[in-house]
Amino acid sequence: MISVSQLTKVYGQTVAVDGVSFDVSKGQIVGFLGPNGAGKSTTLRMLTCYLPPTSGTATVAGFDIFHDSMKVREHLGYLPENVPLYTEMKVTEYLDFRGRLRRMDRETRRKRIDYVIERCWLGSVRRKTIGHLSKGFRQRVGLADALLHNPPVLILDEPTVGLDPAQIRETRKLIRDLGGEHTLLLSTHILPEVEAVCDRAIVIAGGKIVAQGSPDELRASRRMQARVLVECRGPAREVELALSRVSGVSKVEIVNGQTTGGNYITAAVRPKEAYDVREEVARTVIQHGWPLREIRLEHATLEEFFVQVTANQAMASAATEKD
Amino acid sequence: MTRTITIARRELSSYFYSPIAYVAMTLFLLACGMLFREDFRPGQPAAMRTIFDWMVWLLVFIVPVLCMGLLAQEWASGTIETMMTAPVGESDMVLGKFLGSLLFFVVLLVPTLLYVVLLAIYAQPDYGPIFSGYLGIVLVGSLFISIGLFCSSLTRSQVIAAVSAVAILFVITIVPWWVGARTSLVGFWRSVVEQGVFTRYTDFSKGIVDSANLIFFIATTTVFLFLTVKILESRRWK
Repeated sequence: MISVSQLTKVYGQTVAVDGVSFDVSKGQIVGFLGPNGAGKSTTLRMLTCYLPPTSGTATVAGFDIFHDSMKVREHLGYLPENVPLYTEMKVTEYLDFRGRLRRMDRETRRKRIDYVIERCWLGSVRRKTIGHLSKGFRQRVGLADALLHNPPVLILDEPTVGLDPAQIRETRKLIRDLGGEHTLLLSTHILPEVEAVCDRAIVIAGGKIVAQGSPDELRASRRMQARVLVECRGPAREVELALSRVSGVSKVEIVNGQTTGGNYITAAVRPKEAYDVREEVARTVIQHGWPLREIRLEHATLEEFFVQVTANQAMASAATEKD
Repeated sequence: MTRTITIARRELSSYFYSPIAYVAMTLFLLACGMLFREDFRPGQPAAMRTIFDWMVWLLVFIVPVLCMGLLAQEWASGTIETMMTAPVGESDMVLGKFLGSLLFFVVLLVPTLLYVVLLAIYAQPDYGPIFSGYLGIVLVGSLFISIGLFCSSLTRSQVIAAVSAVAILFVITIVPWWVGARTSLVGFWRSVVEQGVFTRYTDFSKGIVDSANLIFFIATTTVFLFLTVKILESRRWK
């Protein structure tokens, strides 16, 4: 539904988006993940035809963003960052205005407005002035507007920013419900959001895509292996030595604990790829007579992955600047 | 076209939510009322020339205030992004805003029809010059609105928009009148000074509807609307 090829945006001297390519297939929910200033909003603005790309192309719902911009905009629902709205209007009045802009007839407008108001939990404020609403409600008005014409593609720029935890949960649930029926591309710099709602994540840093895949795939990528944490009582040095001899173990680290004395220590065991070393590790510890308190497989969090790839990118761009 | 009308309707109704519009309206009508005293005196001709001529002066300051937020506010609040990512063209946007403001301007003039009624009660006014005077005021208003809209498209700041619009209106209205009245110009410079809005307008308040003047106002309005569309499009070249 969305196909992006070598999209680039240059502002004066700065390259905001640098040769970004990706595809989003129908019904998918894709998270566009990156630190602030990574080029997320600029990319979304190009896809929504607000800004033209410097080079590269993209199609949304089968229409070219440059040559068929009106068609793209008809098939698209967009929630911009910070949700700009006409604050002097009432909620239903605003939605009616937006419906008219999209040339929906009276009957369709009435039906769709009722539908989106229910869908976005706006019933209690439908007659209120937008300027008097809280941030959470405004966000929902923006979302209701994006959904109004039942577009096949929804692009949401940081849809949960500024919401309280309960609202974040509701919004994420709504987004998940919308997947399947709609194709969603949402940007965020919050990782749990991607894990919670997205089928696939595209990680962008410094205007470039640094990784993409499902949250599981990203976690499973080579850089981010799982590790086994072993908490036992024994001399650290010996524990380290014994565990590193276990077959399938690539590296052992003592993450806390003294090297001497009888205190509990925690060893982090990094297995080679596709090995489950837990049984062997446990056996080794028991054989040496070290009391074992806990053994646990720790999956790498996306958070670590994210910090790692974006830090790498920042270092790489710093290095090229020096050259 | 339906989109233009939708935007115009929204713009017109948003005026009625804005305190600044009410303040401008009040000042305008107050000043008009005071000026009407000059026309509405025993022994004076039953006409509205004085008030019509003064209205142009008032509008130099009133219209920029009415128009300052038209696009500056859209830039500042970001609503331009929601508009331009809906299937709305730049020209729909500009024309809609223009029509909405022009309608509000007409609404602003409606109370002054009371003066016509008063004249009709106490005398037998000549309706020709009154009609042409209103026509002229609406044309002047549309030119001023298009300039106000243009200035509003250049900046996020409503203050800058208003001040720059007043400056432009001052230069095209009051300066040529002042220069023309005080110096004896001939040839080329005389004809330049006669392009001033005020000079062009006085024909209307005298009761003369000259096609040259009609075309002057319509053409200049169109030029500024066109420029505004280009300014909106220019975000694409940056």
